[in-house]
Amino acid sequence: MPKITLSPRMIGLLVPTVSAVFGLFVGAIVMMVSGYDPIAGYGALWEGMVGTPRAFGETVRTMIPLVLAGLSVAFAFRTGLFNIGVEGQLLVGWFASVWAGYALHLPAVLHIPLSILGAAIAGGIWGFIPGFLKGKFKVNEVIVTIMMNYIALYLTYDFIKRFLHAGNEKSYNVQETASLVSPMLSDITGGSRLHWGIIVALIMAVLMWFLIDRTALGYELKAVGFNTYASQYAGMKVSRNVVLSMSIAGAFAGIGGAMEGLGTFQNMTAMSSFTGIGFDGIAVALLGANNAFGILLAALLFGGLKSAAPQMNFTANVPSELINVIIAFIIFFVASSYVLRWLLSRLSKEGK
Amino acid sequence: MSFLDLLAIIVSGTLYTATPLIFTALGGVFSERSGVVNIALEGLMLFGAFIGIVMTLLMGDVWGTAAPWVSLIVAAIAGGLFALLHGVASITLKADQTVSGVAINFLSLGLTVFAIKKIFGKGQTDFIQFRIEKVDVPILSDIPIIGKIFFSDVPYTSYIAIILAFVVWYMIYKTPFGLRLRAVGEHPMAADTMGINVYKMRYIAVCISGMFAGVGGAVFATSISGNFSGGTITGQGFLALAAMIFGKWHPIGALGAALFFGFAQSLAITGGTIPFLKDVPSVILTILPYVFTILALVGFVGRAEAPKSLGVPYEKGKR
Repeated sequence: MPKITLSPRMIGLLVPTVSAVFGLFVGAIVMMVSGYDPIAGYGALWEGMVGTPRAFGETVRTMIPLVLAGLSVAFAFRTGLFNIGVEGQLLVGWFASVWAGYALHLPAVLHIPLSILGAAIAGGIWGFIPGFLKGKFKVNEVIVTIMMNYIALYLTYDFIKRFLHAGNEKSYNVQETASLVSPMLSDITGGSRLHWGIIVALIMAVLMWFLIDRTALGYELKAVGFNTYASQYAGMKVSRNVVLSMSIAGAFAGIGGAMEGLGTFQNMTAMSSFTGIGFDGIAVALLGANNAFGILLAALLFGGLKSAAPQMNFTANVPSELINVIIAFIIFFVASSYVLRWLLSRLSKEGK
Repeated sequence: MSFLDLLAIIVSGTLYTATPLIFTALGGVFSERSGVVNIALEGLMLFGAFIGIVMTLLMGDVWGTAAPWVSLIVAAIAGGLFALLHGVASITLKADQTVSGVAINFLSLGLTVFAIKKIFGKGQTDFIQFRIEKVDVPILSDIPIIGKIFFSDVPYTSYIAIILAFVVWYMIYKTPFGLRLRAVGEHPMAADTMGINVYKMRYIAVCISGMFAGVGGAVFATSISGNFSGGTITGQGFLALAAMIFGKWHPIGALGAALFFGFAQSLAITGGTIPFLKDVPSVILTILPYVFTILALVGFVGRAEAPKSLGVPYEKGKR
């Protein structure tokens, strides 16, 4: 047997990569079993992801809210919390951005940041509540965030209908001064809906990395997540950190909503079911190993898969729901990496 | 409208909407009592709804009016098998149980709609020809007053669900099996020391929870929605999860909570016809169950305490 030595860092890189490949492999099997041609299916999918400038533009456009949803989940994860409430935080953020974007009249330099800030605050509040309940009453944040998702869904629906309804289940459009639409980016990418939100997403990814890895606050948050009792003993305020962490995670998700509200759609639809972006965010964070750079890559992959699904359906006749199956298996493989890690570490030990 | 009529409408509406929640919440009790978080209930319900509708559609000619009933049984088996995947990931492979649940929900949505498109060529099935109908229970519905309120215009599945809640209570609190189940969820190492196979108990619990959720989904599909699409189950599984928590991980509590949530939901739909509720915005009634669940967790509505080892994968020999 050849000598293989794998550092923990290598294993950390290998697990997501192998999982993504396995996920796609299972997708191919599903296609074969149900009588589709996997090569044609994946060919069409690839074409739909990067085949034309426009397709690539749409891939990147779909990636934008996924990056922020992923950052939100990952930020909470790194501090020992599970934020499954991205969906709700994103919805209230989306609503707040559209409201601010519609109701305020300001020059663009102020209007755009203010609308995004509004979204961050709204999402932050939606994260603050479960954070506060966790910090103060030790209530499991998973359940509370799930409940908060539904409260957000029904409240935003009601609020749009009541205060911002322009007809046809849609809110009023935001003012041009609040819009992230970019004719330039759109032109470069052959008329896709790509908007300036990509810059916001990149800045936020850097911010998340900086916050977590380069500041005392980030260190404290990580410490609390790693060992609550030890950090308490070291004099850190545990409950304050939990509240802060969930609020920041919520703010990331809220900004994700603003990207849809100010960038892609310019308005908000009164929705009766979730966008799914929040749950995709969990997949993105997992595959990206909760690391800002990894999240960008994972979001690019999932953004591509999602935006190319209709193309795959159109060209190769494969139902676009296959994408959900693939994502599900990628999550399974990353989450079950216990076995994979064990196997890899066995391999590298035997090599020695 | 007389007060009696009003009451009859509210009670039958409550039972009708609560039934799928009761089944699914009971399933949740099994899984979480054994220490396995089950936010996969949503996906399992969706899978059950899918099986329920497809079986009724495909076998309607053979089984006739019995078709939806037979498909409930098929949905139970299918749900149990599907839940095994959650078991493998979260028990054997020690994946994070919440993450595995999320994956199940993705998978269920993907597979079912994929299959619907493959079988029927569109994203939504036709309506089923035979439903589980609301009926007046013979004899009992003739009892004055009570008969009209409790035994008229309700599907049989509602009564089955309520009886099952008591059966589950008996199973969990009065049998050796139930004692083992709870032991495994509270202190798996102690249970293991006493010779209980922790993995086996958890697998059984997860499998049973899948069966119940499968039936819950199929009941929803065959008595309420009548067809299947990716949007058939939107949140009922999570609502059932909330009911189980609001019911403090107790079968009878879950039953009560599910009935209460069903009550709130049916009021949100029929509220417009009821005089003193006309002016309450329906959104308040819609979000009520979720707000109450949060309050219950905080302790304002009686503290809800989870099983001690909920969410912790068991590793033999690890302290």
